[in-house]
Amino acid sequence: MQQNLNEITFLFSDSGKLENIRERSSDEIFPDMGIAFLSALSNELMKSPKVRQFSDVATFAFFCRKANLLALKKKYSEDSIRLGRGVVFHVAPSNVPVNFAYSMVAGILSGNINIVRVPSKLFEQVDLICDAIQKITLTSEFNEFGNRLFLVRYDRQSTVTDFLSSICDVRVIWGGDDTIEQIRKSAIPARSYDVTFADRYSLAAINANKFIHEQNTAKIAEDFYNDTYLFDQNACSAPRLIIWNGEKDNIFKAKEMFWNAIQIKIEKYELSPILSVDKLSAMYLQSQDTAKIKRELPVNNKLWRINVSELTNDIDKNRCAGGYFIEYDACSLKELKAIVNRKYQTLAYYGFEIKELSKLVREMKFTGIDRIVPIGKTTEFSLTWDGYDLINVLSRKCMIL
Amino acid sequence: MNKIVDLEELLQIEPYSLSHVEKEDVLTIGLKELTKVHYQKSEKYKRMMDAIGLDVDKISSYYDLPFLPVRMFKELELLSVPKEEIVKTMTSSGTSGQQVSKIFLDRETSSNQTKVLTKIVSNFIGKKRVPMLILDSSSVVKDRTMFSARGAGILGFSMFGSKRIYALDEKMQLDIENITIFLEEHKDETIFMFGFTFMVWQHFYKELLKSEYRPNLSKAILIHGGGWKKLQNESVSPDEFKIKLNEVCGIDKNRIHDYYGMVEQTGTIYMECECGHLHASNFSDIIVRRSSDFSVADFGEKGIIEVVSLLPKSYPGHTLLTEDEGIVLGEDDCKCGRKGKYFNVIGRIKNAEIRGCSDTYATKFK
Repeated sequence: MQQNLNEITFLFSDSGKLENIRERSSDEIFPDMGIAFLSALSNELMKSPKVRQFSDVATFAFFCRKANLLALKKKYSEDSIRLGRGVVFHVAPSNVPVNFAYSMVAGILSGNINIVRVPSKLFEQVDLICDAIQKITLTSEFNEFGNRLFLVRYDRQSTVTDFLSSICDVRVIWGGDDTIEQIRKSAIPARSYDVTFADRYSLAAINANKFIHEQNTAKIAEDFYNDTYLFDQNACSAPRLIIWNGEKDNIFKAKEMFWNAIQIKIEKYELSPILSVDKLSAMYLQSQDTAKIKRELPVNNKLWRINVSELTNDIDKNRCAGGYFIEYDACSLKELKAIVNRKYQTLAYYGFEIKELSKLVREMKFTGIDRIVPIGKTTEFSLTWDGYDLINVLSRKCMIL
Repeated sequence: MNKIVDLEELLQIEPYSLSHVEKEDVLTIGLKELTKVHYQKSEKYKRMMDAIGLDVDKISSYYDLPFLPVRMFKELELLSVPKEEIVKTMTSSGTSGQQVSKIFLDRETSSNQTKVLTKIVSNFIGKKRVPMLILDSSSVVKDRTMFSARGAGILGFSMFGSKRIYALDEKMQLDIENITIFLEEHKDETIFMFGFTFMVWQHFYKELLKSEYRPNLSKAILIHGGGWKKLQNESVSPDEFKIKLNEVCGIDKNRIHDYYGMVEQTGTIYMECECGHLHASNFSDIIVRRSSDFSVADFGEKGIIEVVSLLPKSYPGHTLLTEDEGIVLGEDDCKCGRKGKYFNVIGRIKNAEIRGCSDTYATKFK
């Protein structure tokens, strides 16, 4: 097994420290050392002038600030003892720069020793975070951290995945269905398990009756942009279907207000030429579905809107990156019952009360939808993700009677 | 009915004779008619057109007609005649694991393809059949029930040969003995050579270079197609291609003609003239579009190539958006004397580097 260690590039720590990794003890959840480490990382990143160029790194640094971590800790304070499961092997997605870092945070806060495979693609954001970790661990306070955190990169074809899987207690797999299938070919020990983040589908619901009174449509457009275009509408939390609810006239007016604001917001968005062809193909393919579609005449190829006359349960197969939105005018959000399945992840909303949304979920008992968040918050990391409470799922409860 | 008459008339005149004003009329009438035919006969096409709210009667130029991405023929079986009338199904040469395009031809469309191809190619090699040296292996065309693009190309061009031999044996080895005999037999005649660009380079040029054999092909004419992607990887430019070939077999550089074409619009190929430009014939046209909004690019401006052709009647492939990028250099005024647009193809549109948490999405559509 050891011979393939030299196929690994260590961005933090080294191969020598991997030895006997399973013999090290895990911590209780929200360990003081972990919190101190992450808040030091937060400070270090905030200091760096480069971080300002990367809003995703800045958001990450903000998440890791001490006050936030302590607030999170409070939510988990209970009398029973919770310890990390041991060694967590994280497989981060290759095309989201900062996701690996959030996965790492969940692993640290749940008291584990973490091996994180960072994106195979080279991102400056990854370097920034790794450099900051290198720097803070030079101090005496954190120089032991190399025993508890490993940031690695290796060729996917290699047998390294087999090895890292064989020593883990939990394997966290991001990157979608194909990656999950691929990684699962490597066996894990009998008591170990996978936490998987599969391909998901997300949507938004807008209350037109409320939206027509919105004074700051530019702000909503920016929020929506961050939900969608910021990640080329290809994050699993990015809305692809927009449900409009309200009086007919209001829907008409709200759509105009909303999309005009978006059109302005995306002026600087750069669309890869192939995505224009992708959208055209997606639209013509969608025209073959049972639901009749009508394409709104686009201003340009950055924003395509496809109106559907009914909600059919195959609607989630129609997806295209880079600004392809399916719209439906609904009399009630209860109509979602017809389409929501296990693939559905995030429902972004505008103009609905939390109370009515809770009632909706309780009443309809959807088989999917794990997060219902205001527009603008879909990519915001939370320790509860895809329906998993990450702290609980990465730790074990020791019962003492 | 209108359309058939037009095509028959077009076949009577020289293939590069229409100026853009005349061509605008011919193509607008013909392509609008085809759009109507496909709308009536193909339910799938109708759904597509209904989705964008097409009203053909309101369209005044073929530039404004909707176009289908070529990849639709990979995703869907599109045809505008009853299946019983299909005499040939052409497929694109996708590498293993990829979906292939399926193009359905009835007797009429297939025969029109042959007629138009003949018309276009005769403009370069003359109307008389000549001895033909195919720069490929006979094994490519063995299975005649399914036509791969390479096999179809060879069979399509074979009708120009009075006598044909393959330059490569079954193992893709250069058959020098056979070639020598063939060239000896046809010493004073024009030899028509045909092959796929990469095959010509890899299995003909490189093998000749390795051997001592230097055939005298000074009277030959070479037509080759299939794209430059692999040669670009080897950094071989079109100019170098010609120079090197001339060095090993004496072929005149002005008699080496690349062509641009695709299985989705067989027949209406775009031949390279003596000035090194690809040309649209009377039967078809290219429109270069901006990816930002699909508006028509200026001459000299890079964009996505749309191809339109009067031939596709058994399948809705008369207006297609390719995944190639190109530049229209001009119209009606190429120094070679041929009318119509002349252009360059730059290559395939790059795959997008999209963000997002699903690793595989970008590859799904390939």
